[in-house]
Amino acid sequence: MIKLNINQKAHEIDADPEMPLLWAIRDLVGLTGTKYGCGVAQCGACVVHLDGEAVRSCVTKLKRAQGKQITTIEGLSENNDHPLQLAWNEVSVPQCGYCHSGQIMSAAVLLKEKPNPTDEDIDNAMAGNLCRCGTYPRIRQAIHMAAEMQKKGGV
Amino acid sequence: MSNSEVSRRDFLRVAGLAGTALCLGFYFPSNAEEAAIVNTSGSAAADFEMNPWIHININGKVTLFNHRAEMGQGSYQSVPQIIAEELEVDLKDIDVASAIGHKKYGNQITGGSSTIRSSYKNLLKLSATARVMLISVAATKWAVPQAECYAQSGHVFHKPTNRKFHYGELVEEATKLPAPKDVVLKKTSEYKLIRKPLKRLDTPMKTNGTAIFGIDKTLPGMLYAVVERNPRLRGTVKSFDDTAAMRVPGVKKIFKVKMLVFKTYREGVVVVATSTWAAMQGKKALKVEWDDTGFEHISTPLIYSRQMEMLKTSEGLFLSKQGNPDETIAQSANALDVVYQTPYQSHTPIEPVNCVAHYQADKLEIWGPIQAPDMVQDYLSAELKMPREKIIVHMTFLGGGFGRKAFMDYPHEAAIISREMGVPIQVIWSREDDITQGPHRPGISYRCQGAVENGMVTALKFRMCGQNNDHWMRGTKSNKANGSTSEGFLKPYYESIKNISFAEVQFETPMPTMWWRSVYASTNGFAYESFMDELALKAGKDPLALRRENLKDERSQKLIDRMEEVSGWKKRKKNEGFGVAITECFASTVGQIVKVSKDGNGKIKIDQVWAVMDCGWYVNPDIIKAQVEGSIVMALGAATLHEITFSDGLVQQRNFYDYKMPRITDIPPIDVYIMENEADAGGVGEPGLPAFAPALTNAIFDLTGKRIRKLPFDLKAV
Repeated sequence: MIKLNINQKAHEIDADPEMPLLWAIRDLVGLTGTKYGCGVAQCGACVVHLDGEAVRSCVTKLKRAQGKQITTIEGLSENNDHPLQLAWNEVSVPQCGYCHSGQIMSAAVLLKEKPNPTDEDIDNAMAGNLCRCGTYPRIRQAIHMAAEMQKKGGV
Repeated sequence: MSNSEVSRRDFLRVAGLAGTALCLGFYFPSNAEEAAIVNTSGSAAADFEMNPWIHININGKVTLFNHRAEMGQGSYQSVPQIIAEELEVDLKDIDVASAIGHKKYGNQITGGSSTIRSSYKNLLKLSATARVMLISVAATKWAVPQAECYAQSGHVFHKPTNRKFHYGELVEEATKLPAPKDVVLKKTSEYKLIRKPLKRLDTPMKTNGTAIFGIDKTLPGMLYAVVERNPRLRGTVKSFDDTAAMRVPGVKKIFKVKMLVFKTYREGVVVVATSTWAAMQGKKALKVEWDDTGFEHISTPLIYSRQMEMLKTSEGLFLSKQGNPDETIAQSANALDVVYQTPYQSHTPIEPVNCVAHYQADKLEIWGPIQAPDMVQDYLSAELKMPREKIIVHMTFLGGGFGRKAFMDYPHEAAIISREMGVPIQVIWSREDDITQGPHRPGISYRCQGAVENGMVTALKFRMCGQNNDHWMRGTKSNKANGSTSEGFLKPYYESIKNISFAEVQFETPMPTMWWRSVYASTNGFAYESFMDELALKAGKDPLALRRENLKDERSQKLIDRMEEVSGWKKRKKNEGFGVAITECFASTVGQIVKVSKDGNGKIKIDQVWAVMDCGWYVNPDIIKAQVEGSIVMALGAATLHEITFSDGLVQQRNFYDYKMPRITDIPPIDVYIMENEADAGGVGEPGLPAFAPALTNAIFDLTGKRIRKLPFDLKAV
C-alpha cells in the first residue's frame, strides 16, 4: 500500500510504486482536475504541487510522491478564490479549459516565488504549459492581474 | 404511447428535469424553411419530433439544452446570452444542459463555425415567444391589458401598479397556451446582453477542476482500455503474443479489435485493465506482428513530387470558371505561374481522443468529447446493427476538438470493447496514438497562375492538388471537384476580375485525412492571398491598395479602412515589413496585417498582429476576440513550427517534443477588432485562422524580398 497526502487528506492506495502520480490521482483517487496531455513532461496539463513545488505528475513516480504534501487544482483554494482563479475568471482565460488546471498550478508557484513577475518571469515559468486553444495572451494578462490582487491583500 | 413521447420523457429524465414546466421547442414542418415554435409542455405536442430547447420550471429556473458541443468556442456562453436577452432573465438563472444526440435537433455537428449562425434567429424568436406567453398569463391574472406589462429579470411587472409575478408563478398557466406567432424581436440598439463582453459562464468550473471532460467520465465498474493500432494505419494484425502483457498487474484481458475509420477499418490489439496506467504498461509489453500488405507505404517527398507532376500535366476537374483565364494568361506579357505547398497537420487537442461506452443488451450509451453525436449514431447504428434511437450519445466538455472529435472511430472502439467485456469501458488514446494515427489535415500543392495588365489583375487560374476529406465519408462520390477548392477566396473578386477558374487535381494516399480548424481555407488562404501579393508586385501596386481596388463592395471597403487605420499601414517605416491578407471562411471575413522586423541578431521577429473580423450580427465581442487570438496562435504553429511527415507509410512525429506547438514565449501581441453591422451572423470559431500565414509571409517579403511558398518554414532561418 502506498500512502499519499493529497489536498490535506490521507489516501492509501494499492498500486505499483512506479506508477506515475497522475494516474493514481485520476483513476485511483478519483480527482480528475489534473489532466493527461502527453505523458512525457512536454505539455504541463498534469502539473501538481509536491511540497509546494510544481511537478509534472505524468512523470512523477508514486514512490517519489509518498510522504509529501500533494496539492492538486481541487486543493488550490477552498472556494475557487485563489487570486489566479479570480483573475482567470475576470479575464475569461479558458476556452476549452482542458490545460488550465496545469496552467494555474504552474502560475501559483510563480506567484509565490515572484509576487511581482515580469513578462520574462512569466515566460520562464509558463513555457512548459501548452495551450492548443492559444489563450497565452490572456494567461499573461491574468497572471499580472492576480499579482496585483495578491498585493492588495488577497489570498 | 408514441416513440417520440418515450424519448421525450427519457430525455427530460436524463437531464434531471421532472414536474410541471413550460417547454418550448422548434418544430420543423416539412417544406418549411423557418422553424415553427411549439409549446411542447403537454403530451398533446409529443407526436411531433420536438426539440425542447427551453425549459422553465415552477421555480422560474430556466434550463437550456445546448444542442452543440462546447469545445472552447463559447457556445456554453453565447447561446444562453441570446436566450437571456429575449426571455428577460438573468444569465445566472440559466442552467445549461448538454443535449444528447437526437434527430429532433437537426444537424448537430459542431463544425463549420455554425453553432450561432445556424440557430440564432430561431433562438431569439423562441425566447421572445416564451416571454410573450408569460406576459400574457400575467395580464390575464391581473385582468389588465398586456401592453401595460413588461418582463425583466425573470419577472413580469404591471407598470401602473408595480405589481409583479415571478416567472415560476406563471409557468403552469403558460403550459396550456398555444405559442403565439410573429412576436416582435428587439432591435440591436435595445440589446442589454447581446454584443456585450460578458464573462464566460463556464470559466469557474474550468479553474477548479470541476468541469467534466470526456476523459473525466467514470461509471461504476468501468475498466480502462488502450489499443495498439497498426502503425501503418491501414494494415491488419497477423498475430500477437500477450504473455508478458497479461503478467502486468491490473491487466484483465487482451484481444484483437477491428475499428471503423470512416468507410474503412483499422486493426489493433486492445489491453483492458483496472487503470489507464496498467493498460498502458500492458500495451508496452505486447508483441504484435502486423500485416502491411495491400496498400502503398507512402512518404512525404513522394507525395509532393507526385502532386507537382500532376499539376504540370493535369487540368483537373473544374469547380468553377468565369471568362477565359487560359487565353488571358497565354496572351499576357505579365503572367505569373507559381506553386504553393502546405503540410499535413495533426489536430492535437490537448485532451487526446477518448470515449466511455456501456454496451448493454438493449442499448448502447456513450459519453465523450464528441463534436458530432448524430454522426456517431448514424455510423454506429449501421456498424453495430442497432437501431439509431438505442444509441444514446452524451456530449461532455471537449478538451479541444478542431475537427478531430467530429468522427466516429473512437466511439466505435469503445463500443465494441465494452460489448466484448460486458462492462463500461473507457478508451484512451495516448498522445503518440493521436499524432501517429491521424486522421490529419491533408498536405496540398497549389498551382497558381495569373496575369496583370495596366496595373490590374486580369486573370486567375487556381489548381489544387491534395486529398479530398470527403472521400473518406460514406456515400460520397469521387467524380466531382472538391467543393472546397475555392474556400477562403473572397467573393467580391469575382466582380472585379473577369477571368477566374478553380480546379481540383484529384490525389489520393492511403492516409486518412480530415477537417482541421477552418478546413481548406486554412491552406487555400495561404496560396490565394500570397499569390495576390505577388500579383500586386507585378502590377506595381501597394498590396492593400490592390485589394481595395478589387474588393469593391461596401463591407470589404469598410474592413480595409479599419485595417489601414488600426495598423498605421500608410505610416510604416523603413525597417518594418508589413503584410496583409484577407480571407473568407464560414460566412465571415477576416483581414489581418502582420508587422515584422529583424532583431539584434538579424532574425525575423513578429512585432504585431492586427486582425479585423467582420462576422455580421454577433453575440459576445470578448469571445470573438478570444477565438481570433486562438486561431492566430494555431495558425502560427502550423505556419512556422510543426508538420506531420511520412516515411515508409509511418508518421514520423510522436509527441510534443517533435510536433512542436507554440508556447507562451512564441506569441506576438495580437489586437482584434470587430466590425459593427447588421448583416447575417457568420462563423467565429475558425475564420480568424486562414489570413495569418499569408499576412506573415507577405510581411517577410515586404521586409526581406524573400517569398515563402512552402509551409511550414523556420522563422529563425529566414
